[in-house]
Amino acid sequence: MKPIIPIALVRIVQLGVKSLLLHKMRSALTMLGIIFGVCSVIAMLAIGEGASHEAQEAIKKLGSSNVIIRSVKRTAESNSAGQNRRSFVAEYGLTYRDAARLQTTIPGVRRVLPLRIMRDDVRFSTISHPCQIIGTHPSYPEINGVDLLVGRFITETDERYQNNICAITLSLAESLFTGQNPLEQEVKIGANYFRVVGIVRERGTEQKRPQAGATEGQTIDANVYIPLSAARGRFGEVIFRRGAGSFEAEKVELHQLTLQFENPESVETAVPLIQRVLERFHERKDYELVVPLELLRQAERTKRIFNVVLGSIAAISLLVGGIGIMNIMLATVTERTREIGVRRALGAKKQDITTQFLVETVVLSVGGGLIGVAVGVITPVLVEQIAGMKTIITWWSVVLAFGISALVGVVFGLYPARRAADLDPIEALRHT
Amino acid sequence: MKPQSIIKLQGLQKTYDLGEVQVHALHGVDLEIEAGSFVAIMGASGSGKSTLLNILGCLDRPTAGRYWLGGDDVSTLDDDALSVIRGQRLGFIFQSYNLIDQLTVVENIHVPLFYQGRDLDVCWDQCVQLAELVGLGQRLDHRPKQLSGGQQQRVAIARSLVNDPLMILADEPTGNLDSQTGREVLDVLCRLNAAGKTIVLVTHGEEIAARAHRVVRMKDGLVDRDELNRTSVAVPTPLVAAR
Repeated sequence: MKPIIPIALVRIVQLGVKSLLLHKMRSALTMLGIIFGVCSVIAMLAIGEGASHEAQEAIKKLGSSNVIIRSVKRTAESNSAGQNRRSFVAEYGLTYRDAARLQTTIPGVRRVLPLRIMRDDVRFSTISHPCQIIGTHPSYPEINGVDLLVGRFITETDERYQNNICAITLSLAESLFTGQNPLEQEVKIGANYFRVVGIVRERGTEQKRPQAGATEGQTIDANVYIPLSAARGRFGEVIFRRGAGSFEAEKVELHQLTLQFENPESVETAVPLIQRVLERFHERKDYELVVPLELLRQAERTKRIFNVVLGSIAAISLLVGGIGIMNIMLATVTERTREIGVRRALGAKKQDITTQFLVETVVLSVGGGLIGVAVGVITPVLVEQIAGMKTIITWWSVVLAFGISALVGVVFGLYPARRAADLDPIEALRHT
Repeated sequence: MKPQSIIKLQGLQKTYDLGEVQVHALHGVDLEIEAGSFVAIMGASGSGKSTLLNILGCLDRPTAGRYWLGGDDVSTLDDDALSVIRGQRLGFIFQSYNLIDQLTVVENIHVPLFYQGRDLDVCWDQCVQLAELVGLGQRLDHRPKQLSGGQQQRVAIARSLVNDPLMILADEPTGNLDSQTGREVLDVLCRLNAAGKTIVLVTHGEEIAARAHRVVRMKDGLVDRDELNRTSVAVPTPLVAAR
């Protein structure tokens, strides 16, 4: 067999295109199967990738070398238990001793960041704004990802002397101090005055925390950060809350502990230890452990499953497209039996006929593949615009989709092409 | 000096195995055709005429016997080799023209060369000259569907010439044409023969066979009569394809 020189291949492709153009409608409809298949592979994977990327970003914000322990109020059960023991004050949650114990007993812990969260109104002159008062340590910005915009954050000195100072979030500063410099101004929280020393911005205001009393998971962007010692000294351990016709009190020392580890590896070994330590000192499970690393892994696993499911659906649609192509090509071979006979009579070998029909099928599928890639790249952009979902088009999904479409052409073109080539020239010439 | 035989058949047999019955289509045909001759093969249906044509056209292999085409024994060649022989040594003209719909006149003429690996760009002039030779110089870019039957058959004639074959096999070339157009097509064939082309014509029509120099009549798988045509008309103007 003579090797196929490139120019000959070009001619065969040209011939294929010519033959396909003979039935434009039929060719277009056949291609449609592949177009949708390729488009759905790319678009589905882009949407999946975008969704999981968002989830992973949210988790990464928590810090992959962190373990977060939150105080959880056990509703009915804990209430009755609390009432049995001490009047109406619900006592639960993490304690200062927990913080100290975890700091000393768990290997690999670099820092323990305690958090005490209260809800109250912050007042400046005549303006009052409900917000979240967070008592914490100076290391908070590093561990929780907060950017200092102006001034300073809480320092060790503030912590030691229970200084009445605070750092506030940008949005709170904007609503309290319209047109004034908030620095060195004093805001009133409850009965105490706190001097504003800095303005911060939380990275991603979507962060959710258990809040004393308030609906959990509410978006918070009005925060006041004060030294933990000041929070304890000025506000005490018991938080009262008055609602319409109800009166609640709860005693919580710490609402959240963030354990920062040396590296993500030590997190895994530490998690069971943390659980054992906490179990020993808490009768009821009034805390919950959030391990961002685990969440991340889970998210990755979910994403993989997601990709497999989406990929399979898309692959099936490509398969269906391929079967459509094969069907049409078989019809084409029957229809063009006489042409095949003529070509054989004029010197075409079986191989030439196989090549001709195979190339024709591949032109169909690759053409469909190219259009599909174009549509598939546009679709996620539209989805992002219209539905507001984040999408990420990965290069490998484009390559994969296109590759499969080309492969589909070869696989499903082979049978019709072989059938065409195996026709007896005499029979083929006699065919009407 | 006796002209050289380009075709020599010796004891050619063809048997179709249809399972329960065996059909003997050819019972041992001996035939020689000299270069430059114009032979008509005639015969009733079932006389083995079509089978003989298929074997002559290298589309089929004989069950027994030998077939020399241009000095080479082609009776035992395999499928690919036969394809090459067809492409290089034979020209075909069919009753129903058998042009390829998606190709233009020039491209249709070029098909046999395509399978010899010669690109249209290289042999464009040759194909155009042949189109001009059969009087279709103005219709190079037309598709078969845009041509009349006579014109299509002329394209087919041009196509059968493009590979400069040893022999042109014409199977009822005028069968689908009205008598006027058929005569014109036949004229073209006669003039090609006058220019030295060997033509083997299969036909039912006596008046068509009368144009040939020699008439071979088949009957029951054998050559029944093989006679020279003495009442042949005057030698027509040769139609020479420029080389």
